[in-house]
Amino acid sequence: MAENTLIDTRKQELISEFDMIGEDWTERYNYIIELGAELPPFPEPFRDDAHKVKGCQSSVWLHASQIDNKIELKGDSDALIVKGLVALVLRIYNQQKPMDVVQADLSWMEQLGLQQHLSPTRKNGLDAMIRQIRLYATAFQAQNQLNEPN
Amino acid sequence: MERQATSEIINNAWVEAIRKDFPILHTKVYGKNLVYLDNAATSQKPQVVIDRLVQYYTTQNSNIHRGVHYLAGEATDAYESARMTIARHLNAPDHREIIFTRGATEGLNLIASSWGGQNLKPNDEVLITGMEHHANMVPWQIICEKTGAKLKYIPVFQNGTLDLSQLTSLITDRTKIISAVWISNSIGTINPIAEIIAAGKANNIPVVVDACQAAPHYAIDVQELDADFLVFSGHKVFAPTGIGVLWAKAEHLNQMPPYQSGGDMIDAVYYDRSTYADIPNKFEAGTPHIAGTVALATAMDYVENLGRAKLQQYEQQLTEYVWEGLSQIPEIQILGPQHERIPAFSMVIDGVHPLDLGTFLDLQGIAVRTGNHCTQPLLNHLGVNATARASFAFYNTFAEVDYLVETLTKTISKLKR
Repeated sequence: MAENTLIDTRKQELISEFDMIGEDWTERYNYIIELGAELPPFPEPFRDDAHKVKGCQSSVWLHASQIDNKIELKGDSDALIVKGLVALVLRIYNQQKPMDVVQADLSWMEQLGLQQHLSPTRKNGLDAMIRQIRLYATAFQAQNQLNEPN
Repeated sequence: MERQATSEIINNAWVEAIRKDFPILHTKVYGKNLVYLDNAATSQKPQVVIDRLVQYYTTQNSNIHRGVHYLAGEATDAYESARMTIARHLNAPDHREIIFTRGATEGLNLIASSWGGQNLKPNDEVLITGMEHHANMVPWQIICEKTGAKLKYIPVFQNGTLDLSQLTSLITDRTKIISAVWISNSIGTINPIAEIIAAGKANNIPVVVDACQAAPHYAIDVQELDADFLVFSGHKVFAPTGIGVLWAKAEHLNQMPPYQSGGDMIDAVYYDRSTYADIPNKFEAGTPHIAGTVALATAMDYVENLGRAKLQQYEQQLTEYVWEGLSQIPEIQILGPQHERIPAFSMVIDGVHPLDLGTFLDLQGIAVRTGNHCTQPLLNHLGVNATARASFAFYNTFAEVDYLVETLTKTISKLKR
């Protein structure tokens, strides 16, 4: 078992925030939209097809870089709820070690009730987003291993 | 604001009686009454149709044709009598011209593959409209690529109607077939299909009609229409999913090669060759959706018994009422024309993503569809990526329209950026 990472802490934070809102999904979506509104602006040069996440009904853009062995994510969407979901995902994975991102389990989506409540199309979109982030993280991790002195 | 329904046909008791026939309409979603406005995607089923499925499996189920036992006879009779019933509803001159398919998509693939594969040569032309559902576009793209034929399009005006002024110049001596959607699924436009068929006839070119969105709203008379092929899906006309109809003139069907092969479509099979059955069996390979077929006949009987004229009059008033209601919301732009339309309203909302709108409407019990409605080229042409579409059937009420307008107003003011 890996020791508790920052990812786990952030997941717990989110889960308790959602619990405080309660079971009313109108309120939950309102909260998700608020999270999206707080996202920093997405850098315009990256708003292109290369940074688009495939498999979303709305447009989702993701950009990842690595600073000091930590993954730096930026994201955006043209739909408010989806932008909120981008914010959720970024809040969990941003500024984490690539290895932690790769290894993180995905039970938080279930614990937030997202798995049960999101429509299949949207669930696919969210999965695609997370898959994309893990791909970036895997690539960074491979890069880091190459750069490590033997 | 209370708007007054004017005619006496808009009689609550009449609609409420019809609604009682559809058990699913009484569903609660998130504690709210379901307001089902996704009828252009699929319609709900009356109890008689559900009962017919159960009755078939309870008392008649067997494989059809060639069986000597009692149940095989029952099932075959039920299946073939459904064909007669559907032929009567479509006024087809010969019941053998009714081919059962999985749905309109399969019907269109059958025509493109079988007729197109046999008749299209390099540089021949296929003419369709710029308003087609992907199911009446992609099969033609594929067969054109295979045969070297060219696909041409009747253009669409920005108001969502066809530009038929170009029809005569688009038809050349290379045009081999025309395929056109009667009513647009994504924006609701009723096309002047008679004009397109007449242009085909005048030039001796067969015409295919995609009647998917026409069949739930209008009676179809294939002899009056005088096209060559016509397809629709059962699930949009209050029948089960997985069953559809292809009607075609026997002269075409007799000439065309089989689309799929296997059981039921053969006459005799030898190790080195096979001969094929006559129509309709030639095009019904494998065990068909027997239960769906008999339930489709029941659904078409059901609608006829409600009275086509009255349903049409009601839907016309409902359509006008929705248009007026949506027009009161300044942020909403409805794609397609105000008149000559069915009650399927594709909405583009200034500053609101259809996906967000659809999600919040859903939480209020309102089912609409968001996205491109399988008409990407049309929406691109009209300059939008996605819309939220509210589509109505005869069981929808004026009160539901009021609720939609009210909920839209609230939701848009909340979501608008």
